[in-house]
Amino acid sequence: MPEKKIRVLIAKPGLDGHDRGAKIIARALRDAGMEVVYTGLRQTPEMIASAAVQEDVDVIGLSILSGAHNTICPQLMKLLHEKGMNDVTVLVGGIIPEADIPALKQSGIAEIFLPGTSTQDIVDFIHKRVALS
Amino acid sequence: MSEQRKGSTQTVPPSEESSAHREPSAQEQAWEKNTLQPALEKNPERQTEFTTISGHPIRRLYTKADLANWDPSRDLGFPGEPPYTRGIHSTMHRSRLWTMRQFAGFGTAEDTNQRFRYLLAQGQTGLSTAFDLPTLMGYDSDHPLSEGEVGKCGVAISSLADMEVLFDKIPLADVTTSMTINSPAAVIWAMYLAVAEKQGADWKEISGTLQNDILKEYIAQKEYIYPPEPSMRLVIDTFEFGVKNTPKFNTISISGYHIREAGSTAIQELAFTLRDGLEYVEWGMHRGLHVDQFVPQLSFFFNAHNDFFEEIAKYRAARRIWHKAMVERYKSKNPRSWALRFHTQTAGCSLTAQQPYNNVVRTAIQALAAVLGGTQSLHTNSLDEAWALPTEFAATIALRTQQIIAHETGVTNTVDPLGGSYFVETLTNEVERGAREYIDRIDAMGGMVAAIERSYPQREIAEASYRYQVAVDKKEKIIVGVNDFVAEEKPLDILQIDETVAHRQAARLKKLRADRSQAEVDRRLNALRAAAKGKENLMPFLYDAVKSYATLGEICDALRDVFGTYEEVAIT
Repeated sequence: MPEKKIRVLIAKPGLDGHDRGAKIIARALRDAGMEVVYTGLRQTPEMIASAAVQEDVDVIGLSILSGAHNTICPQLMKLLHEKGMNDVTVLVGGIIPEADIPALKQSGIAEIFLPGTSTQDIVDFIHKRVALS
Repeated sequence: MSEQRKGSTQTVPPSEESSAHREPSAQEQAWEKNTLQPALEKNPERQTEFTTISGHPIRRLYTKADLANWDPSRDLGFPGEPPYTRGIHSTMHRSRLWTMRQFAGFGTAEDTNQRFRYLLAQGQTGLSTAFDLPTLMGYDSDHPLSEGEVGKCGVAISSLADMEVLFDKIPLADVTTSMTINSPAAVIWAMYLAVAEKQGADWKEISGTLQNDILKEYIAQKEYIYPPEPSMRLVIDTFEFGVKNTPKFNTISISGYHIREAGSTAIQELAFTLRDGLEYVEWGMHRGLHVDQFVPQLSFFFNAHNDFFEEIAKYRAARRIWHKAMVERYKSKNPRSWALRFHTQTAGCSLTAQQPYNNVVRTAIQALAAVLGGTQSLHTNSLDEAWALPTEFAATIALRTQQIIAHETGVTNTVDPLGGSYFVETLTNEVERGAREYIDRIDAMGGMVAAIERSYPQREIAEASYRYQVAVDKKEKIIVGVNDFVAEEKPLDILQIDETVAHRQAARLKKLRADRSQAEVDRRLNALRAAAKGKENLMPFLYDAVKSYATLGEICDALRDVFGTYEEVAIT
């Protein structure tokens, strides 16, 4: 019997439209055998949390390059908690100053992938993480 | 590497035709037999196939045999004359250097005004304004969707009051200003014209560039508000207004930069940008403007990526394609419409977060390609821009890079120094041919708006971008410091924009709304709405609205009421 596929929501929050990274990750995870839902652009934390519940995902990947991460991430984590989605793994990819990383992890973000990360590293991280949970 | 070739989105890889017709001279054949073959047996080459960063195949050696059908009098010509392969001016950088125009903007209007004045004091010769995401999307700084984004990626401009501060003590009669704004471009331009008027500058004399290129927003950067039809109407309104009122202002900067940053190949960047250009020309003519009335005010904007010769070939091919299109397709009679003028920015996407000081070197090489390709204006990225907007320290090195190229290297001493190179001329031909194939395909789809609605360019770019990522992940393409030559390092000191910018903006907006005549604002916004429902040129209505200190968000909302908003079909 085939294993249940890992379900991932790739989301692009905030006003920024630079979606090259989000699209590459969506495709790389799909090529690695995961079920990927891409939200499209300009999603509010509310829209992302609702989509995560509706799609019953194991992982949420946020692509943020605009500097709005310190506003968006805590809002999303709070909403996920309110909706009882405490097991979902939330990842952030994009331009995140190193100084901001500890606070983001504190808020419940599982990992932050900076520019230059290979897509294989992200695939491996998700496999390992989902196997543990 | 053949995999890469197979995955290419071009049906016919451009080089195949030329290789098929290649007839090497007796001397070349003898060289292959007597010198090359023994050398290859002893020392095989490092790869079976060599390609540009775009995946375009490159031969070992280029000779006269590659230029069999090349006619220098037809294909190269002389600088300042058709087909402009060698540049649009007869003396190029010997008479006038390119404009050193560093893109800047962060925080509030006061913060950016200070940076502008600093850059001018350092010898920069033109201004270029970066707006923050709320401004680019037509939201005021105090809109709920602006939270976390105010002043982060550029300067926050919510009304004419902010614009007055932005250009305080900067004489708009003397300094040319470029503004990177697209969906709300007409509104921001109206604010700029109002500031110019207040300073006493003559609109007929002021010069600068409005980016105003909505098509590449749908294709690549995705900062759109309205659907394509009304967005195109706004663009053509600015063309029409510019012809009458600001003859020296570039009403658009048709941009390949963002297309390339989204992951396209060099050929795609060139093809989609020029096809966008043709689309604007056709919409302008459809409005009733004569081609030679408004095309001289159209300018272009290209990327300068890492692959040195491919970039140079791209700029040379761009001029040749544009000239031909103007003369043959639109029967233009005015040489000012034929000559493609362009700004260049070095490739932001080539900067690495790792070992960021290496970015100074990358940027210098990219800038050199732009100069050798005959650019009119140039922005060089700062070493820290993979992390944040640049610090003053990093921005200064970026400007100095241009000054070193201009004054120390000697590359400006002669026009088109690479002209006549077997390789550069062959690559120029191949890039031109590849771009023409794309242009023909988009013509067959019914033009660029139709192609965008079918997600055609979006899909082509996404394919190319993924192909490149796979090549990097497999180490077929090396990025120094990222997938090879990796080292441990200390974090860089970067510019941080805090949330006090948003608070200051919110307070300023509150005061603005209290101080202005609300009745007057309402009256002018209603007039704008009524005009938007009809066919009138909207520029005078936008100008009236900004003068009453109606905010950017209020004005864009009035147009949202009439035009609606646009959502793309998300493809991955």
